[in-house]
Amino acid sequence: MAILEIKNLHKRFGNNEVLKGIDLTLEKGNVLVIIGSSGGGKTTLLRCINFLEKPDKGTISVNGKTVFDSDDPSTTVYKNIRKNRLHFGLVFQQFNLFPHYSVLNNIMLAPKLALKAEMKEYKKQNGASAAKAEKARRLKAIEENAKNLLEQVGLSEKAAAYPFELSGGQQQRVAIARALALEPDILCFDEPTSALDPELVGEVLRVLKELAKSGKTMIVVTHEMRFAKEVADRVIFVNEGTIAEDGTPEQVFDNPQKERTKQFLQSIL
Amino acid sequence: MMSFSQQFPIVLNALNVGFLQTLKLFIVTLLGALPLGLIISFGSMSKFKPLSKLVKTIVWIIRGSPLMIQLIIVFYMPGIVFGNPIWGGGETGRFAAAAVAFIINYACYFSEIYRGGIEGVPYGQQEAGEVLGLTKSQIFFKIKLLQVIKRIVPPMSNEIITLVKDTSLARIIALQEVIWAGESFLKGSHGIAGQIWPLFFTAVYYLLFNGLLTILFGKLEKKLDYYRG
Repeated sequence: MAILEIKNLHKRFGNNEVLKGIDLTLEKGNVLVIIGSSGGGKTTLLRCINFLEKPDKGTISVNGKTVFDSDDPSTTVYKNIRKNRLHFGLVFQQFNLFPHYSVLNNIMLAPKLALKAEMKEYKKQNGASAAKAEKARRLKAIEENAKNLLEQVGLSEKAAAYPFELSGGQQQRVAIARALALEPDILCFDEPTSALDPELVGEVLRVLKELAKSGKTMIVVTHEMRFAKEVADRVIFVNEGTIAEDGTPEQVFDNPQKERTKQFLQSIL
Repeated sequence: MMSFSQQFPIVLNALNVGFLQTLKLFIVTLLGALPLGLIISFGSMSKFKPLSKLVKTIVWIIRGSPLMIQLIIVFYMPGIVFGNPIWGGGETGRFAAAAVAFIINYACYFSEIYRGGIEGVPYGQQEAGEVLGLTKSQIFFKIKLLQVIKRIVPPMSNEIITLVKDTSLARIIALQEVIWAGESFLKGSHGIAGQIWPLFFTAVYYLLFNGLLTILFGKLEKKLDYYRG
């Protein structure tokens, strides 16, 4: 069964129909790279998947479970969105770290808040003293996990630093660790290296490659074609709100079927 | 006639009493206007257009007209226009009227500062909170609030220092604050008459108090200086 299944996704802003019926399935452990010219809809597609935009039409399913259905209003209630969106993680182009928290606290904030809510239930069922012990144990686990993630992105020594003290590449690696802390099924990247100085792109792509190797399911919107060729299991070319080309990196880059894809590839290579 | 050294303690005593009233008005205004301003700012940022239009119009009227006139209207209008002098003639009533006018006036100024602070937090912060599964109140309290506070401390301290001096406008409805107390020695009070220096001397009270506030706000700014952005 596909880990992600998108059917007939439509999104319009005013008179501008940005997505004109996207159908897409993704297998677990695959890395999907989305390419396309700006304004073509690739970022909107990613934002729809992460519930930052509400599609006008279509369905999104994760592991066979519908998480969004334009015909089912209950899937558009914030409370339900909040639960369903945790299947996904999103790394932004502009990092969007929380400037007033240290690196470690940036990573731990969401898990800690989630724990707080869970412990309320736990307390009701098991009593206050048991809850206290359990909470201490789980907090420790959250901190350990955060430290492991920092090590994974190569920033252990920056745990106590604040975002403004980091380079763009380091900030983006922290943002990746922050997204991983919630253990999403699918990790999405919205042009993760576009805001970086050229010499900082490599360190971020290296982290992405390691994640891909470890079997993480990923969707990456990017202009880094070398990265796409090297890492992607599959590449789609989104153009004017539809998927114009879909295949392995070899098929899309070396043997594109559509004229539009050829033009695009020529313009960027 | 009393010598200056004889006058001084008497005047100081009277001015202290007046300044206490000034201080009371200042504190009551802050306690009322800080939360009311936040509510007004939410109103002016509301996506419900009629509400935001209405709130913006009120803010325009309050900020666009002199506080002195607002004081006079709040104090005299119920009695003179509606024949219902709700404030009464005593000092308590004058204080209540002054407090109402000041709270409304300053809440409108504060609301604009809040709005600027809230809208100044990049939208990416909201989205980062959303994709991490935070609730709306968690996003406000855990992510935005401190960033808003950091942004509004400098303009707020400016406005609050102005408030200290603006309390003197309550003199127009004869609230017995420090200016009123200083002025009383012109006409005669406590056996002293025709003296202008007590009125001049009231400035020292404002200066010292604002000096203290400046130091406190400086400390707060420094405390928030541990991060940037």
